[in-house]
Amino acid sequence: MIFLWAFIVGGIICVIGQIMFDVFKLTPAHTLTSLVVLGAILDGVGLYEPLIDFAGAGATVPITSFGNSLVHGAMEEAQQHGIIGVLTGIFEVTSAGISAAIVFGVIAAIIFKPKG
Amino acid sequence: MLQGQRTWIFDNKPVILSTATVGGPDEAACNISKDFDLLHDDMWLQQSSFEKAQTMMMEEACDIALNKASLKADEINFFISGDLTNQITPTTFAAKTLETAYLGLFSACATVTQSLALSAFLINAKGAKYILSGTSSHNSAAERQFRYPTEYGGQKPPTSQYTVTGAGCALLSDSGTGPVVTSATIGKIVDMGITDPFNMGGAMAPAAVDTIMTHLRERKIDASYYDLILTGDLGEIGHAISKEMLESEGIKLDDSNYKDCGMTIYNEEQAVNAGGSGPACAAVTTYGHFIKKIQKGELKRILLVATGALHSPLSMNQKDSIPAIAHAVSIEMGSDSQ
Repeated sequence: MIFLWAFIVGGIICVIGQIMFDVFKLTPAHTLTSLVVLGAILDGVGLYEPLIDFAGAGATVPITSFGNSLVHGAMEEAQQHGIIGVLTGIFEVTSAGISAAIVFGVIAAIIFKPKG
Repeated sequence: MLQGQRTWIFDNKPVILSTATVGGPDEAACNISKDFDLLHDDMWLQQSSFEKAQTMMMEEACDIALNKASLKADEINFFISGDLTNQITPTTFAAKTLETAYLGLFSACATVTQSLALSAFLINAKGAKYILSGTSSHNSAAERQFRYPTEYGGQKPPTSQYTVTGAGCALLSDSGTGPVVTSATIGKIVDMGITDPFNMGGAMAPAAVDTIMTHLRERKIDASYYDLILTGDLGEIGHAISKEMLESEGIKLDDSNYKDCGMTIYNEEQAVNAGGSGPACAAVTTYGHFIKKIQKGELKRILLVATGALHSPLSMNQKDSIPAIAHAVSIEMGSDSQ
């Protein structure tokens, strides 16, 4: 059943992005950041984790999950270390993704021609 | 000479001695590929940047046009050309290689007719004997300046158009044999408030209509005088809008005598959405495809109305609308040219 929900929830998030893009004429950058902020807000009000439990990769793969991870890490660290944890926690969960982007980006740039 | 407010009649009939067109890989696969003089199978042309590749295409087009007319670069009085990349850099570097006197123009995709009109004016007024008039564009250079970085892969709506990779060049002289430039009408900025850079055809259509109407009125001729009225790069959207606008003004044209270079160049299998665009679009289509039809006698009189969207990255960032322009030049063959 989770496969079906992953398909539907992931698809709905993408449809929201496509509507922002085509109907509201947002640029790709605005569409992307809006979805990140949307994920962050949903996690802030405690709705994103239940969505992940419900739809699995349908909620973790789209970019909204990045917003969720930023807020999630910040809130967890804040519980342990107080207000300073908000700063140290932002990249707690997302560090693997960000580090991977940098490392693989550098490798790709060395192998291929990165200038477009 | 000046007739009406902004139309020039060239009584001395400047001659197009030769033309040359160069294209990239998409042009090698397009509808009119056999009309190109030189085609490249690589977007980079073995250069280190797209802009340098564009410079090279412009240089090649000039060389080919000179060779066809058996002339050398040092016999040319002026090189009058432009493009739409930052400060017309590719054109300037091509001018550096040519080592001729150079006038750089910016009129975006209307550059081909701006250049042809000014070149014909200079030759008509005996201000020059030989002029190289041309323009170029490169799809990836234009993409990264006006849209998104090429490696980004952003989505495009069906109203968007595809910048032609290529260069087109015409060699004009005061004497010789070939099609002649008989008149030109300089366009004015028409801005209908469109801000969507993915619908430039729609933004440019009113400018094309204004120039066509003005040209016919000031030359005191009917649209039927021309075998073909050819717009630059309105694409499917702009072409349909302009046709409707012309009809409401009482000018009825059909698909045989009203065409658009942007709709002519690519075929249906090529993912170009509403059609081709870019300064090279009108240049390679006219100087490659349609000039051959004129030389063969299939067309006697054409009016080329190249259309340009004169927005810039600056104006887009400031959320300004797209100012559009169209310049018209008539090219005729045979002794009955007026």
